[in-house]
Amino acid sequence: MTATPLPGATRPTSGSAIRSTARARAVRTYLRLELRRMLRDRRTLVFSLLVPPAVFLWVGASAEHQVTEIGPGTNLTASLLVSVALYGALLTATSGGAGVAVERAQGWTRQLRLTPLEPWTYVLVKVLASMAIGAASVLVTFAAGWFGGAQMPTSAWVLCPLIAWCGSLVFSAFGLLMGYVLPTESVLKYLNLILIGLSFAGGLFLPFSDGTPMATISQVMPTYGLAELARAPLGSGPVEIAAVVNVVAWAAIFLTGAAWRFRTDTARV
Amino acid sequence: MAPQQSGAMTTTRSPAIEVKGLVKEFRSSDGAVRAVDGLDLTVRPGEVVAFLGPNGAGKTTTLDLVLGLTGPTSGTVRVFGKKPARAIADGQVAAALQDGGLLRDITVLETVELTAALFGRSGSVTPFLERAGIAQIARRKVGRCSGGQQQRLRFAMALVSEPDLLLLDEPTTGMDVQGRRDFWTAIRHDAEAGRTVVFATHYLQEADAYADRIVLVSHGRVVADGTVAEVKALAGSHDLEDVFVALTADRAADPTDRTTAEGANR
Repeated sequence: MTATPLPGATRPTSGSAIRSTARARAVRTYLRLELRRMLRDRRTLVFSLLVPPAVFLWVGASAEHQVTEIGPGTNLTASLLVSVALYGALLTATSGGAGVAVERAQGWTRQLRLTPLEPWTYVLVKVLASMAIGAASVLVTFAAGWFGGAQMPTSAWVLCPLIAWCGSLVFSAFGLLMGYVLPTESVLKYLNLILIGLSFAGGLFLPFSDGTPMATISQVMPTYGLAELARAPLGSGPVEIAAVVNVVAWAAIFLTGAAWRFRTDTARV
Repeated sequence: MAPQQSGAMTTTRSPAIEVKGLVKEFRSSDGAVRAVDGLDLTVRPGEVVAFLGPNGAGKTTTLDLVLGLTGPTSGTVRVFGKKPARAIADGQVAAALQDGGLLRDITVLETVELTAALFGRSGSVTPFLERAGIAQIARRKVGRCSGGQQQRLRFAMALVSEPDLLLLDEPTTGMDVQGRRDFWTAIRHDAEAGRTVVFATHYLQEADAYADRIVLVSHGRVVADGTVAEVKALAGSHDLEDVFVALTADRAADPTDRTTAEGANR
């Protein structure tokens, strides 16, 4: 056959060596592959990188919205931009988390258990890769916002995308949990619908007027807190404590749930 | 076969596999089912062992236990004197399992390169693709590979860590005759260099032709264990199939046949 080194001729790297230097390389290799996979996936490209800027340009960038001031130096277009960008980030993060469950159903995580890769490192790789795509999604959308007439303070141009992106981490845990809970192969389709529902109910696209019953209901939705926080730098008033409580509570719920399912799962297999 | 390089370098000279009193129960609607029922097995470094038994005999469950994919209800498993997870982390044991999932949207080459990286290996993986006979389809998406090609891919993935112990569950399922021959040539080649190989199979002639030793399991227990000649002598037949049928027939009718079979235990 070939000049393959015979087994035993070169000893496998010792355990401690795998755990230190080679491990970083393993994670880098896996991350690169994961990013290639996501960029090859038409679904990711469409929903993360095309739909958010397109929706913004279609709905948010109208002349009417551009002249509607919602704060000093801030137009309604800017607010819609932040909402749409946050939605793109949330969808990307959710899909990334749910991907873990999809690959588990396909038996891939079982295959990985035959390698030295720890299960939590695998989850980390999946989350990091989807966060990278999420960053691209937010940046593309904000670029569209720049050209589409959004006006906001310079600080908001920096802080809004940053908050939207970091906040989407909460939804990585959401995706992970939902992936474990829902029937797996088609989980991404359902998540898309669930997320749209949650976004409207949480006032992400259109905040509800104060005092209405929906305004009260929207405050307990997991999208509400993130939307409020991401829009906060636009300067339309102080951040409500309810928004902070909302984000912290849902982050705790999703993380606990995902960690619990994950631990039972890796213990069982 | 004398343990060579590989065995000599295993510091403690521990058995490749040491299983004692292994029991695995699964809960089901009608009570607990014992898939593995007090199984003892010691595999020395450098042996090529065929693991035989009818469907449901507990072969796959035993392999899962040896790999630490599932925990035993009772009993112990040691791989080179270590816990299974430790042996996997140290890259000493690798396996090609039937139900190991693959990512369909990446290529054969990407799959093997990733596996190599996870084991802390750098360098070209082409030699491993060639050994597994899939070098010419390296750029093919896994989802477009046939069942036999996917089985070879799992084999290549098991080879990249250059393990001391290789576990194979039905390794040649879906392969054509030439594929099977190439596969066993590669396995014998590795075994001569000191690698321990344990394979479960339904093709009795493969066990007959390629194994140093046969371990026959039935109802979660070892019912025969010895060289091919010893096991054949045990049932007084030259045909391994006769032996197989004679020894794995329902033991409940004859509780003594385990004692008989243990005559061939080493």
